[in-house]
Amino acid sequence: MNPKPLTPPAAGSRLLMSGNEAVARAVWEAGVRVAAAYPGTPSTEILENLAFYPDLYTEWSVNEKVSLEVALGASLTGARSFCAMKHVGMNVASDALMTMTLTGVVGGLVIAIADDVGFSSSQNEQDSRFWGRFAHLPILEPADSQEAYEMTLAAFALSEKFSTPVILRLTTRICHVKCLVTIGAREAKRAADGFTKDPARWVMVPSNAQKRLPGVFAREKALTEESAASALNRLEPGSDRRVGFVTSGPAYMHVREAFPDAPVLKLGFSYPVPMNKIRELADQVDTLVVVEETEQLLETEIHAVGIQARGKDLLPTAGEMPPFVLKKHLAALFPELSNAAAETAAPLSSALPVFPRPPTMCAACPHLGVYYTLSQLRNVNIMGDIGCYTLGAGHPWRALDTTICMGASMGMALGMDKGRGPDDEKKNIVAVIGDSTFLHMGMQGLLDIAYNRGNVTVLLLDNRTVGMTGGQENPATGRDIYGEEAPRVDLAKVVESLGIAPEHIHVVDPYLLPVLFKTLREEVKYNGPSVIITNRPCVLTGYYEALKPYEVEASLCTGCGNCVDVGCPAIHVTRREKVIKPSGKEVELAFVDIETTACTGCGLCLQPCAPKAIRHAVPTATIHVVPASGEKL
Amino acid sequence: MTNNHRVVNILVVGVGGQGVMTASEVLCETAISQGFDAKKTEVAGMAQRGGVVSSHVRFGPKVLSPGIACGEADILVAFEAAEAMRWCHYLRPGGIAMVNRLHLVPPVVSLGLFPYPPDPVEEIRKQGIRVHDFDGSAIALELGDKRLVNTVMMGAISESLPFTPELLKERIVKRFRIRKPALADLNGQAFDRGRAAAR
Repeated sequence: MNPKPLTPPAAGSRLLMSGNEAVARAVWEAGVRVAAAYPGTPSTEILENLAFYPDLYTEWSVNEKVSLEVALGASLTGARSFCAMKHVGMNVASDALMTMTLTGVVGGLVIAIADDVGFSSSQNEQDSRFWGRFAHLPILEPADSQEAYEMTLAAFALSEKFSTPVILRLTTRICHVKCLVTIGAREAKRAADGFTKDPARWVMVPSNAQKRLPGVFAREKALTEESAASALNRLEPGSDRRVGFVTSGPAYMHVREAFPDAPVLKLGFSYPVPMNKIRELADQVDTLVVVEETEQLLETEIHAVGIQARGKDLLPTAGEMPPFVLKKHLAALFPELSNAAAETAAPLSSALPVFPRPPTMCAACPHLGVYYTLSQLRNVNIMGDIGCYTLGAGHPWRALDTTICMGASMGMALGMDKGRGPDDEKKNIVAVIGDSTFLHMGMQGLLDIAYNRGNVTVLLLDNRTVGMTGGQENPATGRDIYGEEAPRVDLAKVVESLGIAPEHIHVVDPYLLPVLFKTLREEVKYNGPSVIITNRPCVLTGYYEALKPYEVEASLCTGCGNCVDVGCPAIHVTRREKVIKPSGKEVELAFVDIETTACTGCGLCLQPCAPKAIRHAVPTATIHVVPASGEKL
Repeated sequence: MTNNHRVVNILVVGVGGQGVMTASEVLCETAISQGFDAKKTEVAGMAQRGGVVSSHVRFGPKVLSPGIACGEADILVAFEAAEAMRWCHYLRPGGIAMVNRLHLVPPVVSLGLFPYPPDPVEEIRKQGIRVHDFDGSAIALELGDKRLVNTVMMGAISESLPFTPELLKERIVKRFRIRKPALADLNGQAFDRGRAAAR
């Protein structure tokens, strides 16, 4: 990964863009000087794409809070600034948010928060529209890529008009849907007029902060008028006035598709709520229905002002609201729907039963050795964290007992140590965390373990990348977002300076199973904190070097299945056989094969193979030159 | 499928790493070049780790909701046989399934936790669905690279689309000319072989 500034597509082009790509384009067009983010699905590609644009600064920050603070600092110089995060990122950044609402901003500052509606890759499903209410900030909600582009530009204008941060609320179905976008030209990059010292505004000690508070409410009132008059809140007439819909974001597209003849109030500037327009629609229709992803938020506010509305009494409070969900749950309001459903003869009413295909670790993933080793340990409670290594909870390892949030493995391991009773007395407590998660929010937890002398063994899996989101750079990579060399943090030194004794810090090659096992077994016996750092890069990064692949010598394979327990997806069971051992015990044998084209020769599987049936693959030529004329199949 | 006034729904499915998303992107671009409105969506988050990938492509005069609902897909393009089985209920009555016979066995099957269906294509056929199955991966391997399978599959469905096979082929070859010129001709061959196999 080495993004070089590209020549951006010309103004007026009509391009197939994801919502993330469209936001990035608009951020660049808006003349932003500084953009910062921590990777997180579904928001990651916004900054990835911005790094390709010339003439602005972008960075991977160590966490979302820092990224928001970077954006605020830039704004104070008068520069336009931007930061992006996934929904849970704002939980981390909210400390900055809740006070920057008091100070306001100078240069336009837009925060894109991407909600993972439908759980594509997240630990929860939270509704970021609450932040607008909590922090008294305006929220814009695009319904597709074109709107994501337009509303990003509108958000900067709004931010400067009211000196306020603006939240651009995205969801997975905006971020990752591609559709046509007509793009424009870049404004001249805004000059940064310079920071004006003003302690009464920027130093939020109580005496200053409380004087800013009335301004926040006055601003919210002015924003309410702005939203009431905004063209982003559009009342679309319809011929079928039985039901009128109030909706926003991708749900708008679903409503339009499911009920093409219904009047719809499409909210683009959804907070402060344009109650005047909602009332206008309510007066025109028999029933008002609020369709919101995900929580009952707008509907409650509508009820509070005395307007009758339905919504979550009929619709689900989780997940997306695609047309089939809407039609199913609103059938009571549209009697013809139940008849239509009966008439449609679908070939299959439900899915055929097929095995699940959960995400797996890659062939030769350095985490495989760690989880194989952990799965061999007894009497261990394993506190996990957020990253590819969360997959260690799955088969065959079953070697991860908790996942809560970024960095939680550290504090939870300490708490489990301090809180344990007689039943857990003999349990060894292990925490597993990756390099990027450790640097994001784990360091503080480890400091707490060291300071409070917890009996915890920490496995710090340093694969030099943010793996689960697709391999972004972080301070452990040694490169920045542009692929340029950057200081590489020395994790062993960090750990030592946090207070872990040097003799209990080990840097281990995770492909050497005996070393890993011995180190882990010794350190769990030690009554105090220790850290084992694994030092092999993610196989999907440029730092990984593939070696000669292996194969199985079928005549030597005894079917013991030890190699299968490593969990490498390149190992396949070709045949199972039940045999009776001399002891009379029945065991099932699993004879294996290695998918040589997927194997990169890490050598993990041959270590538990007693009969030495795994050996380097004999190279075979597989490339055939096909005559240009083409043969008949 | 020649009716240009309705939305065409194509569901492309497979396993992370097979090139499902690239294939659907090219389909989308070709539709756009012919004046259609188009949308493409997938849940990508953890798919690169060998999980299920499904990409929804919709094009027509105007596309609103990006996802294809169960029972509404015109074409199911499956890069893997069990994945065809997993998604075949998305087909509308009369829709067709284009299936690569490849079996990709996940670790949960290797571990003996679940069986791999002995004949996924037969299971789909039993549902009364029109299936065309062929060994697209063998063609790709014969041409030298299993990753060519997505181009083979695009060739296979190319005669069932509301634009000519040549247009789709041109898009694919052009994409490679820009990004990986050495592979452009090979992808052209893969497309033709897929097209021939589906006849």
